[in-house]
Amino acid sequence: MTLGPLTRTLLNDRGSQILMVSVLAMTVLIPLCNLAFPEGSALHVSTYMVTLLGKYLCYALLALAVDLIWGYCGILSLGHGAFFALGGYAMGMYLMRQIGDRGVYGDPVLPDFMVFLNWQELPWFWYGFDNFAFAALMIMLVPGVLAFLFGWLAFRSRVTGVYLSIITQALTYALLLAFFRNDMGFGGNNGLTDFKDILGFNIQADGTRAVLFVLSGVALMAGFLICKAIVQSKLGRVLIAVRDSESRTRFLGYRVEHFKLFVFVVSAVLAGIAGALYVPQVGIINPGEFSPVNSIEIIIWVAVGGRGTLYGAVVGALVVNFAKTYFTGAFPELWLFLLGGLFVISTLYLPKGLVGIIGQVRNRLAARSATAQTLKTSE
Amino acid sequence: MQIKHIDQNAILYLNGVSVSFDGFKALNSLSLFLEPGELRAIIGPNGAGKTTMMDVITGKTKPDQGDVIYNGTVDLTRFDEAAIANMGIGRKFQKPTVIESLTVFENLEMALAGGRGVFASLFHRLKADQRQRIEEILLLVDLQDRVGHLAGSLSHGQKQWLEIGMLLIQKPGVLLIDEPAAGMTDIETEKTAVLFKRLAKDHTLVVVEHDMDFIKALACKVTVLHEGSVLAEGSLEQVQNNEKVIEVYLGR
Amino acid sequence: MRFTREAQWPLLTLLLTLFLMLGLSGPARAAGDLESALSELAKANFTRKSQLVDEIARLEDPRVSPVLTAFLDGALYQHKSSRAFVAFSGQDKGVNLLSGESIEGLKKRDFRKVAINNALRGKLRGIMAELQLRNPSLETRRTAAREMLKSQDAATLPLLKRAREKETDGDVRDLLAISIAQLNALHGEDDEIRIAAIRQLDGVLYPEVRVVLNKVAASVSAAEAKTGTVEAAAHEALKQIEGLISLNKTAENLYFGISLGSVLLLSAVGLAITFGVMGVINMAHGEMMMLGAYTTFVIQQAFPNAIDVSLFFAIPAAFLVAGGVGVLIERGIIRHLYGRPLETLLATFGISLVLQQAVRTIFSPLNQSVSTPSWMSGTLEINGALALTYNRLYIILFSLCVLAGLILLLKKTLFGLQMRAVTQNRRMASSMGIRTGWVDALTFGLGSGIAGVAGVALSQLTNVGPNLGQAYIIDSFMVVVFGGVGNLMGTFIGAMSLGIANKFLEPFAGAVLAKILILVFIILYIQKYPRGMFALKGRSAGD
Repeated sequence: MTLGPLTRTLLNDRGSQILMVSVLAMTVLIPLCNLAFPEGSALHVSTYMVTLLGKYLCYALLALAVDLIWGYCGILSLGHGAFFALGGYAMGMYLMRQIGDRGVYGDPVLPDFMVFLNWQELPWFWYGFDNFAFAALMIMLVPGVLAFLFGWLAFRSRVTGVYLSIITQALTYALLLAFFRNDMGFGGNNGLTDFKDILGFNIQADGTRAVLFVLSGVALMAGFLICKAIVQSKLGRVLIAVRDSESRTRFLGYRVEHFKLFVFVVSAVLAGIAGALYVPQVGIINPGEFSPVNSIEIIIWVAVGGRGTLYGAVVGALVVNFAKTYFTGAFPELWLFLLGGLFVISTLYLPKGLVGIIGQVRNRLAARSATAQTLKTSE
Repeated sequence: MQIKHIDQNAILYLNGVSVSFDGFKALNSLSLFLEPGELRAIIGPNGAGKTTMMDVITGKTKPDQGDVIYNGTVDLTRFDEAAIANMGIGRKFQKPTVIESLTVFENLEMALAGGRGVFASLFHRLKADQRQRIEEILLLVDLQDRVGHLAGSLSHGQKQWLEIGMLLIQKPGVLLIDEPAAGMTDIETEKTAVLFKRLAKDHTLVVVEHDMDFIKALACKVTVLHEGSVLAEGSLEQVQNNEKVIEVYLGR
Repeated sequence: MRFTREAQWPLLTLLLTLFLMLGLSGPARAAGDLESALSELAKANFTRKSQLVDEIARLEDPRVSPVLTAFLDGALYQHKSSRAFVAFSGQDKGVNLLSGESIEGLKKRDFRKVAINNALRGKLRGIMAELQLRNPSLETRRTAAREMLKSQDAATLPLLKRAREKETDGDVRDLLAISIAQLNALHGEDDEIRIAAIRQLDGVLYPEVRVVLNKVAASVSAAEAKTGTVEAAAHEALKQIEGLISLNKTAENLYFGISLGSVLLLSAVGLAITFGVMGVINMAHGEMMMLGAYTTFVIQQAFPNAIDVSLFFAIPAAFLVAGGVGVLIERGIIRHLYGRPLETLLATFGISLVLQQAVRTIFSPLNQSVSTPSWMSGTLEINGALALTYNRLYIILFSLCVLAGLILLLKKTLFGLQMRAVTQNRRMASSMGIRTGWVDALTFGLGSGIAGVAGVALSQLTNVGPNLGQAYIIDSFMVVVFGGVGNLMGTFIGAMSLGIANKFLEPFAGAVLAKILILVFIILYIQKYPRGMFALKGRSAGD
């Protein structure tokens, strides 16, 4: 079977296998249940649910990107929300251009907010976004280039640890302020919204939603395999070496800054893709996505799930976001207490996260059955 | 500044190196001369500049003055840590630093020459002769039965040995070793001294040490550093009888 | 900051009215004079009205001022049947001007308004001003003299001269002299007088002077004006004044910059302790400031009659509240995370979320209003173009006191010594009998307590709400990182330079862009100097 080498090299641990199978099952079954079964049927999954879960899959990809740099390389970025948002804005710009003359003001070229601001022509950086291939390229290029420039400067001058965390936070904060400005040309406070269609398909239609969901699932699986390939290679071991002892790695002759830069850029591109898939599903992108709090929340998904495992990040993103949806609906007062508590508890008591607990329980069970075995054989 | 005749035989030559931190002179016009295959012990009280000297040689600290000539031609002060390491200068820290989350085998693989670049390492595959080399080193540092264990689970002495193994696998021209005997048991210390003497045949070794018994066991030339420059040089016996050294150590 | 015309008039009339109602002005003459003059005023044409106003003004009657004020404000009415004169102060309220009694339940349609035109208004203003220039209260005279600068009416010249002769106070005399010079510059008989007057105005920064000079100079452009003419003199004086004004603008920007810098200093100095000295990243630092601000709010709520002294109680209270919470956080959470800075960062961020939500639940998600004590409001006028608000001035002084106090505490007390000992060599300190655990807790408590004190100051500048801390946390981190960790002087210089840079960029770039530029600058700066401006050098500084 062609999956043979894949399972041997990339999916060589139980956690990864379970995760891949579950995501695959979700990607196939949920759109199927949405489209194939009529409303009211016990097996029907509502479009609302499909969109919600699709959003979670995007978050999971984002968490994966963060785990790659934090869990493996020890880079705690408090600005990854910025890369996510930039990818989202690139997609949003494409979707805005697709509206064409169906906007409120009916201008064939200018998006509504530009007409509202009395702009006469399209700013240069909006050129090309009517072309999907160009937009798709930008979705990866913009976060990638920003990460490259930022990382090149930061890693070369050996800004590490909390200093790096703080300046990544400053970066996303600066972008937040910038995108709030109307004259930046990205819709200011309101961001980009009122999308109509994507590649000619109505963005509100159930079918489009299902396809976007499938794409998010596929992107998550592909992202997982890419990250897995990276961490399984020797490069992955260098990353761990950098995390454990940066100077030892340097004295072994590795250019630590190049390795950091590489994963940082890969991670930013993954985050950008996650953002691009997220925007058509939620239907809006605004500067709030740059908020430093959002970026820190991603960290907590990874911490709760268990860092340095990749699948833990996905689990964490799903669990925390399910909890968020539930609590902000049922007990909105409690949610921030809970989230704050999660930060404290996961750092104090769960250094390995949820998957760490599962691992511990399994080990204990294995040890118990092993002793039972020895007892039996000794009888 | 002291000008010395540069000997073509020198593998490592420090010429009038000075480093100061906020007015404090950590190294004061230090000159040092190492022949290939030499085993050299460096002693000196705290703050004599031993670690700073290593920092300068390995490129971690840039000197304010002076240069460091490797192999008679290369000025090391113009390179960074990774470049210097790749030229064949290995450094062992005072505190054993191995990659704790990797296995003993992976630690040695990391240290093995090749696959240093980002993309080279992404597609790196271990070849048979490299595997062989790792086996050899495992034998040398006596860790063959812990090959699959995480380095973090090793004892203190074993970590020291693994780190030495990681340096050796790079076939370094010069090995800088900071207090190897610290925290080792007597037996481990003795074994380490034997190992170093054996290594000195193929490598140049610089050992910084406090433990006089260990230095005695090495039976090599000794350099005494004090306030950032060389106070005395010679055999252990000569050095111990040197007036100036006695004054510094005993504060007479 | 600038002198505002709108604000001045009602205040002036109010002061005057109050004053005259107390009956403090000179002896009253026969009351009938005013009554008859008013009766005529109601019927007269505007030329006659103008004469009548002069006559009324000459009466030494305490009721003159309220009558003229009402007339000027267009609030003077005469009852159609009873012929009584009333000053309306609302839809159905007013004062009988002759008897002085307040009346309610009036109907406007029973009254006839005493009409007024612009010429009369101008005249009345001058008359009112003269009335005030003769007022026994120095403060009233000063305000009136200041107000007279607006006058460009040659007719006021005699009254100004009279007032100046009688005036005893130097400041008021100067103001009057400026007014006189203005009028001479505008209406002087010959060029010599005008030029001399213009020379007198040279370097005077009141905006009115510029208006006058511009008017004088307007007919000829600066390039065309021949030397020795009035216009050339005016242009020259204007140039001088513009130069002085731009100097004052710079001084004003500097003042704003320093005041922003002191806010940054206040918010960062606590962080400099927890981050700089202990190496602990406290993301809940902003929430400690929030707690301080809410403490101020609670104290003001509890003692609503003592707003003026509330801050003196709020400062120690905020220090104790925030410091106490800080000690709890250190003992409960942070001490388990020493040596793991990134985890500390996350845990303290969690605490910040909990504290924000706690405040939302206990108080409300809305902003609370914290009052400013009377001694903190108002401005200190340096000259015509530069005025400093007291609240910022006090905050600058306060931040310096906090910094000085902190430096003294670290350098001169046993606790400071122990703190430095623990941070430099924990094991040695502990073997010398210092209880390192408590020193940690108290150090963290100190940093948090100072944040609380900063919150008291912030409550006087911004809205007090659950998000107060969020707004300052990133800025504070920037200051500490920029200044160099572990160095209070660095924090001071970092805060001041960022504050000043921000305010000097604002006129060119706008507030938001200025902030973005500063952030980008710091991001780049840290690449060059990863350990900040005043970094510790040496082996220990490395990893």
